[in-house]
Amino acid sequence: MEANRIYPDPSQVREELIQKYPAKVAKKRAKSIIVNDPEIIPEVQANVRTVPGIITQRGCSYAGCKGVVLGPTRDIVNIVHGPIGCSFYAWLTRRNQTRTESLMDANYIPYCFSTDMQEENVVFGGEKKLKIAIQEAYDLFHPKSIAIFSTCPVGLIGDDVHAASKEMREKFGDCNVFGFSCEGYRGVSQSAGHHIANNGVFKHMVGRNNTPSKGKFKLNLLGEYNIGGDAFEIERIFEKVGITLVSSFSGNSTVSQIENAHTADLNVILCHRSINYMGDMMETKYGIPWMKVNFVGAESTAKSLRKIAEYFGDEELKAKVEAVIAEETPKVKAVIEEILPRTKGKTAMLFVGGSRAHHYQDLFAELGMTTVAAGYEFAHRDDYEGRHVLPNIKIDADSKNIEELKVVPDPELYNPRKTEAELEALKEKGLEINGYDGMMKQMTKKSLVVDDLSHYESEKLIEIYKPDIFCAGIKEKYVVQKMGIPLKQLHSYDYGGPYTGFEGAVNFYKDIDRMVNNPVWKLIKAPWEKAGNGSGLAASYVTQ
Amino acid sequence: MKHAKTATQNACKLCNPLGACLAFRGIENCVPFLHGSQGCATYIRRYLISHYKEPIDIASSNFHEETAVFGGSHNLKIGLKNVSDQYKPKVIGVATTCLSETIGDDVPGILREYKKEFKNGSPMPILIHASTPSYQGSHIDGFHAAVRATVTTLAEKGEEQSVINLFPNMVSPADLRYLKEIFADFQAPVMLLPDYSQTMDGGPWGEYHRIPPGGTPASAIVSAGSAAASIEFGSTLEASKSAAGYLEEAFDVPRYHLSLPIGIKESDKFFSLLETLTGKARPEKYEDERRRLIDAYADGHKYVFEKKVILYGEEDLVVAMTAFLSEIGMTPVLCASGGKSGLLKKRIKELIPDMEELGIKVREGVDFVDIEDEAKVLKPDFLIGNSKGYTMSRKNNIPLLRLGFPVHDRFGGQRMHHLGYRGTQELFDRIVNTVIEQRQNASSIGYTYM
Repeated sequence: MEANRIYPDPSQVREELIQKYPAKVAKKRAKSIIVNDPEIIPEVQANVRTVPGIITQRGCSYAGCKGVVLGPTRDIVNIVHGPIGCSFYAWLTRRNQTRTESLMDANYIPYCFSTDMQEENVVFGGEKKLKIAIQEAYDLFHPKSIAIFSTCPVGLIGDDVHAASKEMREKFGDCNVFGFSCEGYRGVSQSAGHHIANNGVFKHMVGRNNTPSKGKFKLNLLGEYNIGGDAFEIERIFEKVGITLVSSFSGNSTVSQIENAHTADLNVILCHRSINYMGDMMETKYGIPWMKVNFVGAESTAKSLRKIAEYFGDEELKAKVEAVIAEETPKVKAVIEEILPRTKGKTAMLFVGGSRAHHYQDLFAELGMTTVAAGYEFAHRDDYEGRHVLPNIKIDADSKNIEELKVVPDPELYNPRKTEAELEALKEKGLEINGYDGMMKQMTKKSLVVDDLSHYESEKLIEIYKPDIFCAGIKEKYVVQKMGIPLKQLHSYDYGGPYTGFEGAVNFYKDIDRMVNNPVWKLIKAPWEKAGNGSGLAASYVTQ
Repeated sequence: MKHAKTATQNACKLCNPLGACLAFRGIENCVPFLHGSQGCATYIRRYLISHYKEPIDIASSNFHEETAVFGGSHNLKIGLKNVSDQYKPKVIGVATTCLSETIGDDVPGILREYKKEFKNGSPMPILIHASTPSYQGSHIDGFHAAVRATVTTLAEKGEEQSVINLFPNMVSPADLRYLKEIFADFQAPVMLLPDYSQTMDGGPWGEYHRIPPGGTPASAIVSAGSAAASIEFGSTLEASKSAAGYLEEAFDVPRYHLSLPIGIKESDKFFSLLETLTGKARPEKYEDERRRLIDAYADGHKYVFEKKVILYGEEDLVVAMTAFLSEIGMTPVLCASGGKSGLLKKRIKELIPDMEELGIKVREGVDFVDIEDEAKVLKPDFLIGNSKGYTMSRKNNIPLLRLGFPVHDRFGGQRMHHLGYRGTQELFDRIVNTVIEQRQNASSIGYTYM
């Protein structure tokens, strides 16, 4: 095995990554390439614009809004206002799954609605066409909700999607129509779209149905998008321990669940980046605390369940949680014990998402694999360093462009679920409420943290570290594999999954074993095997 | 849902810049560059990659709020400089998007300024500009726009050469390799544009590549203006929009315009044209392929005869497939496309004059909901087209035979061969097997001989 593997000196790696850049770009990138120290977490520059011409992993605001947050709710008709491409490219590509209760229930996820804007709409305005499209969708489906998403040209030609939505909402009376100004050029990445989506969902959906939800331990699951069936596994576990899921944001969710979400007593957050705004806003308006959890990894799942039970403070629930963990653990253990000898000591790199690069480190740890370098595609400093840095994050032009909703306690519905004293007591038990420590605290000393990894840097890192597996998305997959390193897609899961909970952990162990121990890699001669020791990359420069 | 719709549900077309990026990827040492938001490059990369299973780098000028307001000139220049310095490309293919077209950026003007401003830096790549607003046409228009822009930028008049220009349309890497093989066997020099047979379907890398090897060299495209002839596949592609049309107009290079060579008749036309242009008989190998194909037609006719099919995809593919299917006695009860050239029906009728009597219906500018509505009435035996017909196939329990682009729910989309006798053979075998599988599945006995 590779237990005695010597890792490269990260400070030298950092120097090597930036030395080829001209001074100005080197200075900029140096702030985003950081050698980690979990004790004294250094600052990471994040959520800053990608330099034009540098090929980035990042997507756009529309992708974050429609693709990520709104996409997984099955009974909203999502109409993309713009030329055809944007709607087509987001058509089922995120692999969000959903399960209707009966065959009669609405499910619009397999559809791709677009106003298919033509030149005359760009010249003379597209609002009229948009309204007809909304009317058509209404006549055809009579959905509970119709959401409108603006693409790049819409903002420029001045179509007012909000006014059009309001007009149609008032006209219908029984269909909630609302719009999102999520043009692709807004913000730095898809992260802007998450924020815009949070605002819209909070404003137009949450709190519309005050029917008290049933159940003793009621929570919402925030930032879980049911990719590859992840939500189904979490739902299975919740049901087993007796936790009531009022609403998910937004994997396997429905309009009525979201409208009723404010009747839950706890929000648990998985993907902090994409949904933390919702947690904060619901806390302020309704008094529901939120807690960061992680259901990726068997041990993390157990830990998160215990945290939830501790929050509710119910002995019966705690006992049930322990019983379920005891019941689920043996089958997970049986698999990991068989696989561990083949994965132990191997190394991984994760450059993906705004949370996944953190969460999946838990699974790799369970496999005995070390994460030597990690970074996010579209996260902010708080996702790296923890939320305590929030007051120090510089507000720039890009963040100013995204609306901050002014939220105040609801005069009737505000009801703090825990008193200050109770929250303090929970904190003493190690339960962090409304907090998140970020990724770096958990990573080892001298591991490398890189934000918005560029194409050049990824090749260089692979060359230097020769990791056993690289985790990113489909855009990176085939270039990494051409160098003889397996790439695990952590957006689409390489069409596998679920990877959450106990059953998901087993799936992941098996998938990673199959990848890192696959005989095909022996057939591929990596560039460094030919070029000798490194130095395969030509000089490369970028300018700002 | 018979009424004319304003909105599109489940589109049967992709956007203009996607086609341009693919075409630029078929030029040697070229980086495709989208002038617009970074999301366009990201979405188009992920989409092309899902079909080809190959990396494709597409640079972007990364528009932000103020770029959208004040114009994209600054970002475009920075982007070009960075791509030039990092990738050292020979060519950068700049395609526009709905965003840069809506604000009305003068891209040719910006490129002229850029060349002036940076003339003393590292070697200046050849800059090609294709206008590809997403609110016009579809991906296939972007593809042709990029090919035409490439030729317009590069081709020069020179002493006439024996080389033949071949503009193959948006076909698979397997098709491109086959076309090159044919020309090699004819011992006829060819300028194939674009040629992404290697860049979109290559091997592992023994050494690092900034840009994957392969593609049509710029130097070869320069001499397109002095070629003996241009052959162009694509029945609905008009001379005013095509590379061959430009070469004929600007340099008097004769333009030969064919349908995509699928089936015996259309492949015959292509091989006959090659014989005429080269003055050589077709190599025996292709006679063999043709004979085997006819033999297969005879052996398999009982399975396919009078089978009803709904066919959809790019217009040129639909025309060519319609010709092939009627040649083997199948009835394409609906030939549909999301494209809207206005020529689809006309071109099909030219190839199959009795199309109405045969029950062939043609519709352009449709989406999958329209096609599904038709399917409910027409009750086809199966569907032929790209992966996006899967939902309709599943819902209505009609088998789907995948071809064209995109094919992301089957392995090897990039290696599907459609053209010539050999490509038709593959298609024919797959069609027959689809019928056999369907019958076998439906059999209550479980026959092993079908």
